[in-house]
Amino acid sequence: MNIQAAITIYKFEMARFRRTIFQSLVAPIITTSLYFVVFGAAIGSKIETINGVSYGSFIVPGLIMLYLMTESINNAAFGIYFPKFVGSIFEVLSAPVSSLEATVGYVGAAASKSTIIGLMIFLTSNLFVTHDIKYPLVMAIFIILTAITFSLFGFIIGIWAQNWEKLSIIPTLLVTPLVFLGGSFYSIDMLPEFWQKVSLLNPVFYLISGFRWSFFGTSEIPIALSIVAILSFMAICLAVIAIIFRTGYRLRT
Amino acid sequence: MKSQISIENVSKVFGRHKALNNVSLEIKEGEIFALLGPNGAGKTTLISAICGLCRQSSGNIKVNDFDTLSHYKETRNQIGLVPQELPLDGFESVYNSCQFSRGLFGLKDSRDHIDKILKTLSLFDKRDEQIFGLSGGMKRRLLIAKALAHEPKILFLDEPTAGVDVSLRRDIWKLIEDQKKMGVTIILTTHYIEEAEQLADRVGIINSGEIILVKEKTALMSEFSKKTTFIRLSKKLKDTSFIKKNNKISLTDNGMTLKLLGINNTSNELQSIVNLLSQNGIAFTEINTVDNSLEDIFLDLVESQ
Repeated sequence: MNIQAAITIYKFEMARFRRTIFQSLVAPIITTSLYFVVFGAAIGSKIETINGVSYGSFIVPGLIMLYLMTESINNAAFGIYFPKFVGSIFEVLSAPVSSLEATVGYVGAAASKSTIIGLMIFLTSNLFVTHDIKYPLVMAIFIILTAITFSLFGFIIGIWAQNWEKLSIIPTLLVTPLVFLGGSFYSIDMLPEFWQKVSLLNPVFYLISGFRWSFFGTSEIPIALSIVAILSFMAICLAVIAIIFRTGYRLRT
Repeated sequence: MKSQISIENVSKVFGRHKALNNVSLEIKEGEIFALLGPNGAGKTTLISAICGLCRQSSGNIKVNDFDTLSHYKETRNQIGLVPQELPLDGFESVYNSCQFSRGLFGLKDSRDHIDKILKTLSLFDKRDEQIFGLSGGMKRRLLIAKALAHEPKILFLDEPTAGVDVSLRRDIWKLIEDQKKMGVTIILTTHYIEEAEQLADRVGIINSGEIILVKEKTALMSEFSKKTTFIRLSKKLKDTSFIKKNNKISLTDNGMTLKLLGINNTSNELQSIVNLLSQNGIAFTEINTVDNSLEDIFLDLVESQ
């Protein structure tokens, strides 16, 4: 196995992250702070606790998930789309690099970047609310699994996209609404019964709910269901990537 | 010489277009092979199939006995590719870009090796600069440096001197010759036939996806050689009747020069014409014979297709 190739791609992508560290980290931190000011302080002060948790604390897992998912997708999609766009992908395709090694390099870097951003948001949240994490190990597992899974998804989008518009269309029109409607900022118990049932069809809901469980020990659905959901989505993404590399879809002519 | 790349009945179809049609070709170890052909002939497609950028629709390609599909790691490990375009990540530095290329081939960072290549290609001073600040010629050289970063045994150069100035072209030619001396097999596609004439050991001509000829360059030049002889006259020719009897002879330069096309070395045609001029009392000041170039041969072959 050409492990050095996977490390090389990983380091190359992380170097890109370092070059843009200011915009990569500062923008999410400022936006998160605004969320806490608006939702936590202004609106949250009017809301009583949710399942015994203050509203400010309640939205922390949702906010981390929001960034973790969108940043994972964006970083991974850009990571593979940009070399396709400028043509430098020929280097990877003509090198002795297997699909697994390329995926580990690109997806690993994207997942690392989004994990760092997720942790920065968590640290920022401590400036506004105080909270104990009930199951830190489960929280870490959820962060890693979510970062990897959504980076895999972003990788697929980056390969599929043939222009910049397509690159952003799925994150904007599908993922962001699913994250917002998946209970990032509210408990589905607060919704009318019909919309509670609709929310159960949203796969992102299971991830946010499971992640919130790691913080507070309570959630709308069993934690096992959340883990099954994230592992299932990961398996689907891996299968799609395997097919992409086997067929050369939008990579090799 | 041992065959290093073996291409057997390779075809590549894009929709209804057959870019490669049953191509068979052997590339020998240590040679410079020039692949010539007009635009859209299939040169880049053939290189792409060997290097793994596209998959052939049928046929087999082997590099040192390894199949390019079933043993792609072994085959790609031996190959360096310089593409036709300038596909580079402009935000990366020259040095890091070369290390990236090296790392993809499973090799650890080697500052010494990369520095040596960059010095050879006159890019050492630019090693820490971002690529988008480089000129077109420098980017072209950087692509060669990247292709050499993993010390390949086989180097593909897809129009390496397209759009570069004369001086840089000479530098690249020297680099190619140096690589050959180091035992690297070089496959070169070019529109500059002069380049193939200067560098190649063997020449292959591809047209409409088919290899129409593969020959040693010297044998090709000799076999298809046509000479043009110019006889500079001492005064303007008044009686041109004897010219009209021979379609190989024409008058140029306002009647001051006779142009003799395709005069054969082995026959006495030139002597006969000189005799004819003497008999008619026509003196001459200079005889100059020019061989036709590889470019003429290439055009003749492609146009006759």
